[in-house]
Amino acid sequence: MLNLALRTLLRMALTFFVIVTLVFLVTRLTGSPVDFVLGEGLTAEDRQILIRYYALDRPLWDQYMAFLRGFTDGEFGLSFVERRPVAQIVAERIWPSLQLLIAAVSVTLVVAIPLGIFAAVWRDRWFGSAVMVLAFFGYAIPDFVLAVFLVLTFSYWLNWLPVMGNGTALHFLMPTAVLSAALMRFTRNAMLDVLGQDYMRTALAKGLPEHRVILRHGLGNAWITILSVVGLKLAGLAASGSVVVEAVFSWPGIGELLVRSAIQRDYPVLQFGVVAVALAVIVINMLTDLAYGLADPRMRQGAGRCPSCTPPPPPARSAACGTRPMPCSGPPC
Amino acid sequence: MQRAALLIGVVLLVLAVLAPWLAPVDPNKQSLIARFRPPLGFAGARPGHWLGTDELGRDILSRGLHGLGLTLMLAALGATLGLMIGGTLGLLAGVVGGRTQAAIMGAVDTQIAVPFTLIALFVLTVFGSTLTVLVVVLGLYGWEQYARIVRAEAARLMTLPFIEAARCAGASPVRIALTHVLPNLVSPLVVQFTPSLSNIILLESTLSFLGLGVQPPTATLGAMVGVGRDFMPTAPWIVLVPAALILAVTFSIQILGDWLRDRADVRLRRR
Repeated sequence: MLNLALRTLLRMALTFFVIVTLVFLVTRLTGSPVDFVLGEGLTAEDRQILIRYYALDRPLWDQYMAFLRGFTDGEFGLSFVERRPVAQIVAERIWPSLQLLIAAVSVTLVVAIPLGIFAAVWRDRWFGSAVMVLAFFGYAIPDFVLAVFLVLTFSYWLNWLPVMGNGTALHFLMPTAVLSAALMRFTRNAMLDVLGQDYMRTALAKGLPEHRVILRHGLGNAWITILSVVGLKLAGLAASGSVVVEAVFSWPGIGELLVRSAIQRDYPVLQFGVVAVALAVIVINMLTDLAYGLADPRMRQGAGRCPSCTPPPPPARSAACGTRPMPCSGPPC
Repeated sequence: MQRAALLIGVVLLVLAVLAPWLAPVDPNKQSLIARFRPPLGFAGARPGHWLGTDELGRDILSRGLHGLGLTLMLAALGATLGLMIGGTLGLLAGVVGGRTQAAIMGAVDTQIAVPFTLIALFVLTVFGSTLTVLVVVLGLYGWEQYARIVRAEAARLMTLPFIEAARCAGASPVRIALTHVLPNLVSPLVVQFTPSLSNIILLESTLSFLGLGVQPPTATLGAMVGVGRDFMPTAPWIVLVPAALILAVTFSIQILGDWLRDRADVRLRRR
């Protein structure tokens, strides 16, 4: 277990380092940041002053070290647009984003997971098919199209819900719905995989009552997959899903900030925002990996990290196709 | 179900390819007196604009067709680029093994660890939203899926007797990779291509929707939804037409992808 934890930590640190370095290189190697930030109307003299101000006349290596130092003393520079410290701007956005995420994850846990379990258990009845169709639609429909449909229906047609902002509880309904729709798709497949396993049949053959088999033997194994999917998906949602949802509903979170700073070319904010979100995602991934190790006894012994690739999981039908599966590359375990 | 999906897919493809000839009007032609006209059959509709006009009086049917064409073309280019990058790296990792494999798979893990929307956002901002940059970004999306599949399959193949036989017969590693391993990878690659295509369409339309993808006035479906969003209360058709097109595209690709995968599975089982 300690071994697994150490390895996970090391991999996390390495990934983070690679990202920070890439972000640095990409911004510096495409020309002087001063040019594409301030562009026209800059005299040569002003340009020199700015270059000196941002320490762009130093060797690349020194700039890189200064960039890295920013992470230790929390100095990430000023926003080009707002003229305020970047860290402050990003910090203000964390709580709204977090609120939305917590809401979406709770809805998923309370609604989607039981729904997925019932859909898998009653897969031959109409209920299972209905959830299946829903999951298929949920997968094929882009988040922003779903959001647009919801706004058209509930805000403009029925006039029930506010369109944007995060003032009241009503504001939460639509963004939460769109975000948790993304999570709902996965539970059913995880449960279906488990229900097809041999030990489920064995348990039934032993004469155990069905609900006990499903809850103990089925869910007991499926929740590991669910946990990992929720963990990984949560991380992905924190970035990808939230970016779209927050932008559509003008939610004052980090996703909206990233899109805005990308459009305004507010480099310091975008640079720091991307690194911060990437770090959050990596940390969540790591926690998921560790939780996985705690939850699944098979993972604790050495090789670790990809129980799903030995034996290869049966290709799940429909809803899970094309999603990012568990990371299980590296040497065959 | 599959037949319907195939039919819709083919119809959409034909519409997209023939867009320049089918579109009744120039997609970027503005007309200030014909702004916000609803589709035919509604009050205030204007003959000649079957699906209405947008906020600048541009014909929505024409823009939809051109946008569909551009979206599909970008997706095809991106998916092919991803297939080539991922396929090559995966093959290299699977056949060579050792350090090369560790390095390539490390890159794969890094890419999986970071949500791609972030990378796309960042790259498009730094390099600008030109079509070339967009295609490269879309190509980088999903390469790691190909790399993983190809590596796993190639590594499995490398342990089989026929590879050993080829090696004993004096075939070079390059020859083994190209003539013995590669042909066996076609089926898993085809199966992966379809969901990747649909993911890329989702990404492209999302980026364009956010205003970071294809730049105006060029029409893509995502950008049409993004701009039309502002006029939803008064002119919902501006949003609904491209949104419906996006749904038709992703749905038919999804269903076809499932069908392809099931077929590939059956063949595997028979063997």
